[in-house]
Amino acid sequence: MILILPIILPLLFMVILIFTRRWLFFQQAFSLLASIGLTVLAALLLKQVYIDGATTLQMGSWPAPYGITLISDLLAAIMLLTTSFVAVVVMIYSPGFIDRERQTAGYYPLVFGLLMGVNGAFLTGDIFNMYVWYEVMLTSSFVLIALGGSAEQLRGSIKYVTISFVASIFFVAAIGILYGQAGTLNMADLAYKMRTWENMPYINGALMLFFVAFSVKAALFPFFFWLPASYHTPPVAITALFAGTLTKVGIYTMFRFYSLFVVQDVLFWKIFLLVIAGLTMSVGVLMAASQFDIRKILSFHIISQVGYMVMGLAIFSTNAIAAAIYFTIHNMLSKTNTFLAGGLVYQRSGSYDLKHLGGLYKTAPFLALLFFIPAMSLAGIPPLPGFFGKFFLIKGGFEAGDYFITAVAIAVGLFTLFSMVKIWNEAYWKKAPDGETGNGKVGTSAIAATAVLAAAVVLLGIFAGPVMEISQQAAIQLADPYHYIEAVLNISSK
Amino acid sequence: MLFLLAVVIGVLYGSAVYLLLRRNIFKLVLGLIFLGHATNLLLFVASGLTSGYPAFLRNIAGETEMMADPLPQALILTAIVIGLGVTAFALVLVYRFYSVTKTVDLDELSENE
Repeated sequence: MILILPIILPLLFMVILIFTRRWLFFQQAFSLLASIGLTVLAALLLKQVYIDGATTLQMGSWPAPYGITLISDLLAAIMLLTTSFVAVVVMIYSPGFIDRERQTAGYYPLVFGLLMGVNGAFLTGDIFNMYVWYEVMLTSSFVLIALGGSAEQLRGSIKYVTISFVASIFFVAAIGILYGQAGTLNMADLAYKMRTWENMPYINGALMLFFVAFSVKAALFPFFFWLPASYHTPPVAITALFAGTLTKVGIYTMFRFYSLFVVQDVLFWKIFLLVIAGLTMSVGVLMAASQFDIRKILSFHIISQVGYMVMGLAIFSTNAIAAAIYFTIHNMLSKTNTFLAGGLVYQRSGSYDLKHLGGLYKTAPFLALLFFIPAMSLAGIPPLPGFFGKFFLIKGGFEAGDYFITAVAIAVGLFTLFSMVKIWNEAYWKKAPDGETGNGKVGTSAIAATAVLAAAVVLLGIFAGPVMEISQQAAIQLADPYHYIEAVLNISSK
Repeated sequence: MLFLLAVVIGVLYGSAVYLLLRRNIFKLVLGLIFLGHATNLLLFVASGLTSGYPAFLRNIAGETEMMADPLPQALILTAIVIGLGVTAFALVLVYRFYSVTKTVDLDELSENE
């Protein structure tokens, strides 16, 4: 029963918030409490799944291959918890950052619409249902990214809507072809049939279409150009929310599909994903190096970091997957945190452009600290979580004998440090340019939210052991698809 | 029938890609609509055509075995509805873009990127 709540509750919250749009304070307070509630719920779910293994719910009591199944294994529960936590932080941040007009124009209901779609995509066990949750999530994000309607935002939105729609088209086409060949839409049933059928139909074509659809969403090479062209246009709180949740749904789906459906030509898929991962990492980080807008640098870094996650997936040893899961958690927190800290810089100095910034270390040391923590975490400096994530990934790569990608990962780590140090030097350390002594008012709630998130990043580094332990369990479940199949279909033969 | 549909889908995809690559954003929205229709048809064909039978069981002797698979039709119905919603939003977005910037060409505004 607990499985349906992360989907139903955001819907309920959204409806309540739509009808109370004009009452700003109620919106702020209610959204904060509601997102905290969702986080508690996700934590309870994680605990239950950790103790009992994968939990399922058959909607409408239709037995597994015929009805829609909801399922949560450890990976889904971890993602759910991290997403909800990011939402709490953004809900604290928004009142102090987003202007009143946007806040009363439906910002809060849309955030819950987005959360409903994201949670649904994490929990569903049916591929067409997953498409529907993707659309719920995307439609909310379309409106969020266009909310406010400045010319720059509209231009970004048109690109974003177009590329998202094209990706969805790939998704639907893949579902149609797969259904024509396998005759089922239930993910566990599909995975079971693929492993037991004597004359397996050739499904790599459908899988490749799926890959395109998800890699557009996750911003993998060569489908990432839309992200830096649109993510920097809305207010940074929205960008932070997108960075922490949307792109990671693509990664989650890819993890799920890879572990369940890649049974033909395993070696091809492994090498293919390794190449994609390497190119995504290095191209993202190199393009970030030439940017001078904080938001654009960070947007290109989203791409580069996604490459690490795909690298862990492609290696597909238990250790590498566990490292990739830990890395994903770290990235959702640290990335959101850097965006929020960038927003504070903007409030203080009125610009995102590094050429117009400077001297913030002297004038606002606390803001500098709030950026320093997640930035060093992304760059991989111990004892912050980025270090452990990269360390375990590289260790996993060496153990599996994939030396080349490991070398690329290490090199990209250096460049990441370079970009972070660049923002640090330009915005915080160097002397402020003449006449640019910005002294804007920074929202208290915005600082509080960034501080909470920075504290969470530090804690994730300190408690890397226990979190890694849970990731390890999640990886073991993911590496053995029968855990998933048995939970849905009640089949016990191996 | 299969051949005919294959040709129709191909032409639709071709036109859609052509329209998507135009610089006029109204044509871009048209391209999105075409793309959606092409894919709905693809879904229909790929999941198996059954001609001459409805998607439910008729209680006529000897015909109980024959029915079209109702699931793809349900999927397409869902996809059409979602496509309609996205198209409506895209049209409003493009209209807003036009009324704010007085241009239908995305590139005309890109100098500062």
